Amino acid sequence: MSRLVLDPIRCTGHGLCAELLPEGIVLDEWGYPMLAAGDVPRDLLRRARQVATACPTRALTLARSVMSES
Amino acid sequence: MITACLGPGILDPSGGPGLAGHLARYGSLPAADAVQAAERCGLHGRGGAGFPVATKLRSVLAASRASGRRPVVVANGAEGEPASAKDAVLLTRSPHLVLDGLQTVGRALGADTLILAAAPALLPALEARLAERRDALPVRLHPVAERFLAGERSALVSSIDGGPPLPRAKVPPIRERGVTKRPTLVQNVETLARLALAVRGDTSAAGSTLVTRREEISGLVRVDVVDVPLGAPLADVVRIDDGVGAVLVGGYHGIWLSAEVASSVALEAPGAAAAGVALGAGVVAALPASRCGLRETARVVGYLAAESAGQCGPCLNGLPRIAAALDDLARPARMPTAMLEDLLRWCGLVRGRGACSHPDGTVRLVRSALEVFGAELAIHDAGGCTAVDPAPFLPTPGSSP
Amino acid sequence: MNGAAMWYLNRASGIVALVLMTAVIVLGVVVRRQGRLPGLPRFVLVGLHRNVSLLSALFLVVHVTTAVLDPFVDIGPAAAVVPFASNWRPAAVALGTLAVDLLVLIVVTSLVRGRIPIVLWRVVHWSAYLLWPLAFLHAVAAGSDVRSGWALAVVLVCAGVVAGTAVVGWLLRPPPAADRAPAAMASIVSGAGRGSGVAVFRNG
Repeated sequence: MSRLVLDPIRCTGHGLCAELLPEGIVLDEWGYPMLAAGDVPRDLLRRARQVATACPTRALTLARSVMSES
Repeated sequence: MITACLGPGILDPSGGPGLAGHLARYGSLPAADAVQAAERCGLHGRGGAGFPVATKLRSVLAASRASGRRPVVVANGAEGEPASAKDAVLLTRSPHLVLDGLQTVGRALGADTLILAAAPALLPALEARLAERRDALPVRLHPVAERFLAGERSALVSSIDGGPPLPRAKVPPIRERGVTKRPTLVQNVETLARLALAVRGDTSAAGSTLVTRREEISGLVRVDVVDVPLGAPLADVVRIDDGVGAVLVGGYHGIWLSAEVASSVALEAPGAAAAGVALGAGVVAALPASRCGLRETARVVGYLAAESAGQCGPCLNGLPRIAAALDDLARPARMPTAMLEDLLRWCGLVRGRGACSHPDGTVRLVRSALEVFGAELAIHDAGGCTAVDPAPFLPTPGSSP
Repeated sequence: MNGAAMWYLNRASGIVALVLMTAVIVLGVVVRRQGRLPGLPRFVLVGLHRNVSLLSALFLVVHVTTAVLDPFVDIGPAAAVVPFASNWRPAAVALGTLAVDLLVLIVVTSLVRGRIPIVLWRVVHWSAYLLWPLAFLHAVAAGSDVRSGWALAVVLVCAGVVAGTAVVGWLLRPPPAADRAPAAMASIVSGAGRGSGVAVFRNG
């Protein structure tokens, strides 16, 4: 399973991600994205991949979920 | 101003900071394995995160083996926390314990690069201490900037690599890719000093911790550093009487405790930060009842907001707004409508959304202040303030009080 | 197609390509500075930047092909990518060739940007600011129309737009990281509305 991971330093709040995947990403009051927790649902995977490619600063990546580690 | 230094253990000044006194007191550094010593005495990090040292050492060792690259060991004496002085005092009084710890960890991890990071003012003396020794592994001294986040582990790695002292994204983790892209261990200097005692067979070394105390005694603010047993009652560390309004524990990413609660809690128990109050950066500040806790917190949060790395949108936007709201709440004036609501919303928006824990720690402090000084909030809203002394109690370098 | 028609097509496609590349630079700066075109979602703006650049590449293909095929000027197919390979006005054509080489690099790296190191993509992408002057100088040196009249006017206006856009983009740049937090604090302290009415602070 995969989940979307945000690099908060690269992210400058362009906001494309929320436009392209409103089911999983909303913008806070300053225009920065808040990602839904957990894995990306199967039917949204293709769009999630597009969103990761579309991010102008490459702040979003689609990563394989791993057991959480410190 | 640091006036006194109590307690035996790692701050014993009897032999002086030189090598001769150090060897007379502690003997030479044995070749024992640092990882096993850390495991045996259950040593936890004393830099704020409190992570089990043996686990951390093993993970860097594993990363080093997996990548085939020799690791780097960084002794973190940056001490960006303004209210903390323990690392500076340790590096001044018992530098050879820290250097012993650095050597023993370097040997255990197969490192070839050892770095000691500290404030520029401490480096000349440390240079002299290094010259006294004949170590197997050379140590490089690295000056750190006077910034709150300069000691954050990825910010420290960045500055050692020649970049700005600002945190970096945590993926890949420092233990895999740190200084010059090699597996790196960043360990607080106090932890290394305790490890130096642990390899000598002193298992009690892990059972105490350095605390920077800040109290008002007879109208004067006194700051000192003491070696305190873990699990001790907080009331044994600082005097908590009617003259004390609240106690700040941990530092500027710590929490406030009301005097009542503070007089009944104990410091974290050895090896388990879950029991007792977490010590974080080891700061215990007893706020006099004559001062306003809201005003102090507002000033500190203003400092923390200005010290944001400015790299992540939520922190850069949230912290200044939170600081401004607290500033308003610290005035004895009617609270603007929705101010508290906005403040709490911003607190919720910044947590977990930065590259480092700066926003999280700041919000922890803010929430505890709103809880502990809740009564004061209501009094301010009605136009009053119980404080009589407007002078600042907690240090905020670079800002006007 | 007779020679004259090919030559006209070559010149027309060249000028259109330059105008389109000017639009691409403007759109690129708008995207980078996170500006909005009213009513347009951000992903459309980014898509526009991408599609107009592909369109300009298409016009460039026409431009280069007609130049090579035109019987009246001796420009071999090698000159499309190798500078100074043309027999006709080698230096002037070389400027265009270099521009084409850069454009190919930019387009290719952008198509695979998910798979290459971000630094590589960024360096190549910024060579757009080298590409445009090369195209401009090529137009002036190789283009026979550009000496006077409307063609000259178009090319000069484009140059002005690119220069102006670059300057505005540079002026609107966010402060370096170390300055941002203090600037945000100062802005809030001096701001009339505490918090709610304050502008968003940009981290890059």
